[in-house]
Amino acid sequence: MDAQIVYVVLAALFGGFMAWGIGANDVANAMATSVGSKALTIRQAVVVASIFEFLGAVLAGGAVTSTIRTGIVDSELLADSPQILVYGMLASLLAAAIWLLLSSKKGWPVSTTHSIVGALVGFSAVGIGLDAVHWSQVGTIVMSWIVSPIVAGIIAYLIYSSVLWLILRQEDPLEKAKRYVPVYMFLAAFTITLVTILKGLSHIGLTINTGQSYVLAFAIALGIAIVGAIVIRRIRPDPKLEKKQHFYTVERVFGVLMVVTACGMAFAHGSNDVANAIGPLAAVVAVAQSGVVSARSAVPVWVLALGGAGIVIGLATFGRHVIVTVGQKITQLTPSRGFAAEIAAASTIVIASGTGLPISTTHTLVGAVLGVGAARGIEAIDLRVVGRIIISWIITIPAGAFLAIVIFFILKSVLP
Amino acid sequence: MSNVLANILGSSPVMPLERHIDIVYRCAKQLHEFFGAAIDGKWKKAAEIRAEIEALEHEADEIKKEIRLHLPKSLFMPVPREDILELLLVQDKIANRTKDVSGLVLGRKMKIPHAVADQFLDFVDRNIDAAKQARKSVRELDELFTAGFRGAEVDLVSGLIEELDRIETDTDDKQAALRAALFKIEDKLNPVDAVFLYQVINLIGEIADMAERVGRRLELLLSH
Repeated sequence: MDAQIVYVVLAALFGGFMAWGIGANDVANAMATSVGSKALTIRQAVVVASIFEFLGAVLAGGAVTSTIRTGIVDSELLADSPQILVYGMLASLLAAAIWLLLSSKKGWPVSTTHSIVGALVGFSAVGIGLDAVHWSQVGTIVMSWIVSPIVAGIIAYLIYSSVLWLILRQEDPLEKAKRYVPVYMFLAAFTITLVTILKGLSHIGLTINTGQSYVLAFAIALGIAIVGAIVIRRIRPDPKLEKKQHFYTVERVFGVLMVVTACGMAFAHGSNDVANAIGPLAAVVAVAQSGVVSARSAVPVWVLALGGAGIVIGLATFGRHVIVTVGQKITQLTPSRGFAAEIAAASTIVIASGTGLPISTTHTLVGAVLGVGAARGIEAIDLRVVGRIIISWIITIPAGAFLAIVIFFILKSVLP
Repeated sequence: MSNVLANILGSSPVMPLERHIDIVYRCAKQLHEFFGAAIDGKWKKAAEIRAEIEALEHEADEIKKEIRLHLPKSLFMPVPREDILELLLVQDKIANRTKDVSGLVLGRKMKIPHAVADQFLDFVDRNIDAAKQARKSVRELDELFTAGFRGAEVDLVSGLIEELDRIETDTDDKQAALRAALFKIEDKLNPVDAVFLYQVINLIGEIADMAERVGRRLELLLSH
């Protein structure tokens, strides 16, 4: 029994560290645009991101966590030797953490999700046997890595095209912005809340029927849109700054919208990426609690909360600097463009979270940014980075797998 | 530490282009005072202004290099990269012509005949107007990118370019009139000075020509 406690503590430590890393690095992608465009101050951004990352992790993080915990490794094979699963999960966490540390030092665009999935596949294929991997599930996950950036790109393209058409190319863009921006707000809020209610909440034991779900999502989205419309109404044009940049006030209106989409993005990010840190922890906890391997039990809420807290601490300690740095570099992503990318990425990610697919939130956002670019929205996109992303993809999976295998055998010989 | 999002967004040439035309215009604008000093024979003052022109031309050159450096072929842009580089090149030529003409006048300490002095200054000012209108048009570049080169903003820029064309035509008329006025008094001038005066007038006229070409380049961007 003592050994079990050691495992849980170790897994919680590794998982907490991973969550911290996710909070420190990746949250910047969600919030930097808002801070860079001055829609939010850094202090507000940290508070908003903390709240929504945490909510996303706890309310909608269950499905992906289940996938990481039981969907990739066939734990039924380990009914007689549950400690193998524990070693494997610990090894996967460590392997992913080491790989991420190494690659972020080198500046490679590596995904947390890819690292952990690669590690899990590696440990189960070599540590247990090729049969122990749910290959069809892994196939689906890998497909989703390709599909998610494309879907986000298409949505972003359509949304930004509509913004150009309805607002930016009109004679009176400010009036048009004030009219249509609340509609976009409604759409963003409705999609994210609906998917969360339909797919996410069941994992924390809340069940709401479909009809009620739609009504609830509609009500929440309407409330957000109305508050947004009131805030927007109070924005007055500044003739001096407007003379320098005709879209100055229009962008301020989009800035309000971007606060909403940034919340959505933080929520989506929390819902998908928390699993990378605490999915393995959830598996270890399940073994420690029951002493057997079971795929049935739900993910404990405290585990999700630990992941959420880890992300928030990472954000508060280190992430704020990253947000400021990145915000200064991505001035091309003005609020009108940034919101389109965020709304597309957040919707795609939340749907993946609801379906239990662990995807790369960063790559999805990159897909969305490319979509805005395809709609002629961005002055200059460096396509070399896309190539580097694809290469780092191909390397990350075997690298994560290899590291996990090595660490697994070490742990197996060291731990009781 | 590097961030994918920050890396994928290449550095936009738009604000640097607007900064470049700002400096180019400030450079061309110096010609008003420069020729004022030259007409009055205040060569010390003219030399100071010429130094200022050189400094501004150099600054414009630096921005030009900077922009080129940050526009690799791998960039994906809403308008062809080549058109942006061409625009940059003609913008830069306004500053180059300013430097050339001021150098020529200062080097030879050229006397501008008092009979045509007012007309001459008026011609210089009109060329500076053309550079100013070019700046005004290029300053719309960020708005054009925001609107994706369609819609109301395009009409606005088309209007600015039309005005630029009108100014350029005006400089042509003024140039013809100035040459005619010079022709009337040229037998009173030192022949070598007269030849160089015609050359100076040509060089000044090229400032408006380059400004007009800035307009043409912008127009090409609009048609994408």
